[in-house]
Amino acid sequence: MQNIQKPAVSSDANLQREVAELMIECLNLEITAEQMNPDAPLYGEGLGLDSIDVLEVALVVSKRYGLQLRADSAENQHIFNSLRSLADHIAAQRTC
Amino acid sequence: MSFLPLVSHDSPDSIVAWRTDGPVTLRQFLADAHRLAGLFPAGKHLLNMCGDRYHFSVGLAAAILMGKISLLPSTHTPGVVRQIKDFAPDVFCLTDSDSCAVDLSQLRYPAMEAVGGADACAIPQIDGRQRIAVVFTSGSTGNPLPHAKTWGGLVSSVQAEALRLGLPHNSPCNIVGTVPPQHMYGFESTVLMAWNNGNAYSDHQPFYPADIGQALAAVPAPRVLVSSPAHLRALLDAGLELPEMSLVVSATAPLSSRIAQEIEAFCRAPLMEIYGSTETGLIATRRSTQTAEWQLLPGITLAVQGDGVYACGGHVETLTALSDVIEPVADGRFLLHGRMADLVNIAGKRHSLASLNHLLNTIPGVVDGAFFMPDETCHERIARLAACVVAPGMDAPRLLKALRAHIDPVFLPRPLLFVDALPRNSTGKLPRAALQALVHAYSARKS
Repeated sequence: MQNIQKPAVSSDANLQREVAELMIECLNLEITAEQMNPDAPLYGEGLGLDSIDVLEVALVVSKRYGLQLRADSAENQHIFNSLRSLADHIAAQRTC
Repeated sequence: MSFLPLVSHDSPDSIVAWRTDGPVTLRQFLADAHRLAGLFPAGKHLLNMCGDRYHFSVGLAAAILMGKISLLPSTHTPGVVRQIKDFAPDVFCLTDSDSCAVDLSQLRYPAMEAVGGADACAIPQIDGRQRIAVVFTSGSTGNPLPHAKTWGGLVSSVQAEALRLGLPHNSPCNIVGTVPPQHMYGFESTVLMAWNNGNAYSDHQPFYPADIGQALAAVPAPRVLVSSPAHLRALLDAGLELPEMSLVVSATAPLSSRIAQEIEAFCRAPLMEIYGSTETGLIATRRSTQTAEWQLLPGITLAVQGDGVYACGGHVETLTALSDVIEPVADGRFLLHGRMADLVNIAGKRHSLASLNHLLNTIPGVVDGAFFMPDETCHERIARLAACVVAPGMDAPRLLKALRAHIDPVFLPRPLLFVDALPRNSTGKLPRAALQALVHAYSARKS
């Protein structure tokens, strides 16, 4: 599973940290970027995000990195699995 | 009450839905519904969890044909699924997902065969008294309260809605919904309204702004977007080019007139807001750029009794309390002044504060606890609940895990504050102001 979903470009620790900080600021989360495990699930028992949060993060990410998030393919439905999968998607798709 | 047709489309070739591979005719839809009905187990109740709006609608039609009742809880947490099973022990789950984890016997939505031919097809006639669905509200003790919906009541409600929204009857008009068909608003305003007004719906439930644009572009004009403030704000903010629309519909929480103006300008289409509740279905609409007043649907009246306002008439079969602060104006119009103190509405999901508190206090290890809904200071952001708990030895992850088993994630507290004691007064009551002060003190310390 992991290999199929893995985008061609992987994110580095700097980008993951930057995205973590964007999410923390956007959602007013009570956690620091260092405390965020890049592989913990963002939904459910990990960070506990819900669909409204995802919509807000998507807007901030779209603006910051010049890309549009889509849920139209099976691969894209996994973007918000973890901080790493989100950062990987940004690394692969960003235009700025 | 008499028998009413399942759909009002007048030809077997009428289009009832749009799928990725093209339009679905009435003939195909009815064939699919009969095929699925033949696969149903004996149970009288089903939990229709299909994510594809077309699959959901075939499941609903098949259930109606077989006299089964579709159960529509507002969320599918393990706790709620258990309560649904207690309510209807024979319930089975209809799913179109390969990874449905719900703890019920499951029926997988099957692959369907394309039907051709030019034969006429009989449109099923359904007894208006038939109970086709049960929707649930949160109640005050943690047990969901069931509300049965009859076919006749729902038909009358969505026919009035289509007329009020000015949708063309039995003529092409394509609805794209960002809201799930399992929620009363999406149930009425996408599937049922299209069925009973001879229109069609997209099988998609687009989420991101780019998906909404694509789903709209995938159906021909005239297009109607049935959405919510959260999705419409995201659409505005993203600023993507959108296909031409005839109408935008919003419900679940009222929009400010400023946002309404922006949405109309951006979508180049009128915006109609719908007001309703799980108990009553939709009961009023307004063109928010022109008036703050809601206009009741024909036949519905409001009655003020004591502190409460009740709706009745039209499809509202019994006098039903409305859980918002409502000021009747005149001629079937009213103003909305926010929610009742006990009711929380986050992105269209409603929960009673009393039942959230009850749930919190039943978690082993919680000595005392209370949820707190901050004042809505602005319309731009969706407010979140906070909670204060006394739970020595518990930590946030464990407590949140226990809550998550019972309530929708939108109600999970953020922040969740662990305190030594709640500021209860001498009678044991917890004044809202004291709780507010506690939450504010915490926020101040944090920043």
